[in-house]
Amino acid sequence: MAEFNNTNLADFSGVWVFCEQRQGELQPTVLELISEARKLADDMGVEVCGLLLGGKGVGEKMAKELGAYGADKVIVCEDDKLETFTTDAYAKVICDTVMDRKPEIMLIAATNIGRDLGPRCAARLHTGLTADCTHLDVDVEKYVSFLKESSTLPQAQLDALNREDRNLKMTRPAFGGHLMATIICPRFRPQMATVRPGVLKKGEYNEAKANAVVVENIAANLTDADIKTKVTEIVKEAKEMVDLTGAEVIVSVGRGISKDVEGGINLAKQLADELGGIVAGSRAAVDAGWLTADHQVGQTGKTVRPRLYIALGISGAIQHKAGMQDSECIVAVNKADAAPIFECADYGICGDLFKVVPLMIDAIKEAKASK
Amino acid sequence: MDFRLTKEQEMMQKLCREFAVNEIEPIAAEIDEQERYPFETVEKLRKYGMMGIQYPKELGGSGGDTICYSIAIEEASKFCGTTGCIISAHATLGAWPIFKFGTPEQKEKWLRPLIDGTKTGAFGLTEPNAGTDASAQQTTAEKLEDGSWLVNGSKVFITGGGVADTYVIFAMTDKTKGNHGISAFIVDKDDAGFSIGKIEHKMGIRGSQTSELIFEDMVLPADRLLGKENGGFKIAMMTLDGGRIGIASQALGIAQGALDKAVQYMKERVQFGKSLDKFQGLQWMVADMATKIEAARLLVRRAAFNKDNGLPYTKEAAMAKLFAAETAMEVTTKCVQIYGGYGYIREYPMERMMRDAKITEIYEGTSEVQRMVIAGQIFKK
Amino acid sequence: MKVIVCVKQVPDTSGKVAVNPDGTLNRASMATIINPDDKNAVEAALTLKDNTGCEVVVVTMGPPPAEGMLRELIAMGADRGVLVSGREFGGSDTFATSQILAAAIKKIGLEADDIVLCGRQAIDGDTAQVGSQIAEKLDIPQISYAADIKVEGTKVTVKRMLEDGHMTIETQTPCLVTCIKELNEPRYMSVGGIFDCYKKPVDVYDYNTLKDDPLIEVDTIGLKGSPTNIFKSFTPPQKGVGRMLEGADKNTCAELAAELLKKHII
Repeated sequence: MAEFNNTNLADFSGVWVFCEQRQGELQPTVLELISEARKLADDMGVEVCGLLLGGKGVGEKMAKELGAYGADKVIVCEDDKLETFTTDAYAKVICDTVMDRKPEIMLIAATNIGRDLGPRCAARLHTGLTADCTHLDVDVEKYVSFLKESSTLPQAQLDALNREDRNLKMTRPAFGGHLMATIICPRFRPQMATVRPGVLKKGEYNEAKANAVVVENIAANLTDADIKTKVTEIVKEAKEMVDLTGAEVIVSVGRGISKDVEGGINLAKQLADELGGIVAGSRAAVDAGWLTADHQVGQTGKTVRPRLYIALGISGAIQHKAGMQDSECIVAVNKADAAPIFECADYGICGDLFKVVPLMIDAIKEAKASK
Repeated sequence: MDFRLTKEQEMMQKLCREFAVNEIEPIAAEIDEQERYPFETVEKLRKYGMMGIQYPKELGGSGGDTICYSIAIEEASKFCGTTGCIISAHATLGAWPIFKFGTPEQKEKWLRPLIDGTKTGAFGLTEPNAGTDASAQQTTAEKLEDGSWLVNGSKVFITGGGVADTYVIFAMTDKTKGNHGISAFIVDKDDAGFSIGKIEHKMGIRGSQTSELIFEDMVLPADRLLGKENGGFKIAMMTLDGGRIGIASQALGIAQGALDKAVQYMKERVQFGKSLDKFQGLQWMVADMATKIEAARLLVRRAAFNKDNGLPYTKEAAMAKLFAAETAMEVTTKCVQIYGGYGYIREYPMERMMRDAKITEIYEGTSEVQRMVIAGQIFKK
Repeated sequence: MKVIVCVKQVPDTSGKVAVNPDGTLNRASMATIINPDDKNAVEAALTLKDNTGCEVVVVTMGPPPAEGMLRELIAMGADRGVLVSGREFGGSDTFATSQILAAAIKKIGLEADDIVLCGRQAIDGDTAQVGSQIAEKLDIPQISYAADIKVEGTKVTVKRMLEDGHMTIETQTPCLVTCIKELNEPRYMSVGGIFDCYKKPVDVYDYNTLKDDPLIEVDTIGLKGSPTNIFKSFTPPQKGVGRMLEGADKNTCAELAAELLKKHII
């Protein structure tokens, strides 16, 4: 039998967030995590603490903002050796601090850095880590209402849940979103999760809370021998034009734009820009020369499965559907209510795309602003 | 008795499927449209050892068997009849006669580069007036005093002509003896007096190159004679027996590929409010096609099995080719019908598969020749 | 030098995904494939072998049929395989899996100039955790998200991808690198490799093989040794029951936007 020092659950308290910054810039998703941590902490009646590692000055620069979104306290560790992320240095400081202070929950953004660091820390701390979570609950009633909305589980199963349960319920998609799993870490602390950026909601900026945040500086205690990797170069790259098959959002146009091709493509571009996506087209649109062949979706074009596929003025011939029907969410706009595209659409709007798309762009802007 | 593939043969099938989907299918329509020989595919086939599947490793081959060779051609032909043709013509027609009849020196010099894939091979038997009747050869090879050969004449419809590096050709060395006066020779593409004539525009397998070979006072050294002097007819016939397994595999692949696509299409295509696969008339058509394809596969595998196990396979290979070729033609024609208008246009693969299927009833012995061969074996004394 | 590559056999989720009524994956009905990122790791190892002649060992934890996958990797060019298999290992989460794989790697023997490669993540779980956790258990440096790997002697230089760019990172062997698909284009099996793959060794490590390693305890491996448990597993509400939104006006679009927002699509 192995010996563990983190199984006495009562020793652990508080919700921590690892506050990832890169070259002195706080990663925006951290504020989503802080806001979520606030909610969890309120349910549990405990504090939210940000753990901020970086070079000189990061505490000064970021602690208030972290407070504004819900951190009661920020533990800041500034050191030249932390200016640039290395797994070794960051994992050592985080693990040392966690072992010392014993938080019961630790959230990390599921960025490329978070997903490198999280498992290293969890392995060292001998605790569980749930990757890339999209939903978190402690309170069982809240978890039940989440399941009611997002699962097909029968009511009896929801009723059977123990209302006293205080474990962190970490929900994540598996198998490309075909299944959802809620994971718990009942025997060890802290309960650790990496959280998918952009999924949880950022709260409101609260000036009073920003001013009330408690900042505690700690020392890093790092030696050169602790760090076995050396970063020799950091390159920032503008986001490259993604090809269709890798695109998350695709706005696709078809024959329906024929009355004003340029205007139609422009509208599609605006919509795509708003959604961070790219424009594609049906075989009809490519054959007509409105778009080049590399834009074509369909059996003879590319097969795509973005998170969101918006078909504008595309009737939905079988060869088109073959290339896009596995998209996570399909929205279709077409004048003909019998257009086959509606058969595979999650949401259909029967109408003139030239009228609908501008309204759609406005509605999406508003919806994003309300987040 | 065991109808299952071995573990290695199953892996071979998996490899060939992945390879076909990723490397062959994407350019199948393009090479057909442009009548372009896919050098890039041949280079990849070489890299993975698919140009010498059934030859021993000691000679640069992959150490596989004829079943594996058949599987490779079948899987490639599901998506591209051209690629199936290239593998088959190279590995059997080009390489096998040297493998079977070559001297150790000839094998080292001419065979090794063929089966390790650094060079490609072709086979020159057919002439304008010697098609099905191979004995009517007009190409001649005259023995010179120093033992070398003076070759004159021409060959037509040579698969790989102009792209291959090494050719096994046949010429009359003794006109008085008919079939028994034919000899086989190894020709290098750079031999003086050798040139490529007309390149044909074909109905199908348009990515494979088919050309005329012209020999004008071409002098071949004595060591280019393959097998015995006047022993060429036997070499040709034995080579074609094996080649038929390749062409039967190609036909099988084309048929299976067409049916696979049609079945998929039938699940998706809706007419009269239901998908095509719900129509019993079409279901029965599919059942008949699938049955014939499976029968063709058993014939092909049986012939390959016999060849691998040293059993006679002349009749089996002819039966496999005859039945697989006719099945391919029938299946592709019906699949075009199932696709309807989409089957007839070039944007979809079906019309190409139908065009590709036709050659399997013609080359390496027409269906009529296969019937002759089969009957000949049955009535053999 | 040798390169040890950790690979996993996963259900092919690119086709139809079959789900049991209880919300778990119906693995039996699905084809299995080599996890795609792991194939990139194998290719990276084989490229190193092409250039340096190093040995490539592929290791997997899984049920006995996973040997077939190891044979395929040998047919691609790996020299030998190790199948870590035992009912004591079943039910392991990423933590417990990394304990077992780290012990297996120690058993294979991690020398001073060796490299361990993993795929970034497996498509069945998408956790991307096992690689980092193995590195921790072996107490060696890790570099994840590798889009380029250079090895000169004992120096390893990696181009590590970030969302907004990349870093160049140097470290020394022994180390662990996790690979992404941008790293390379995996080769196929070769025909010659297929006919040799059953002649090369695949060792099976069971509980008894590994039990003397301090990482292997009854409460650090398998279901009992897994810190995390599945609390609930469920299918999201059926997709494909699409609906026509009413009208084509401002309200319609607002409704659509609200739906997309709810689904975290925007």
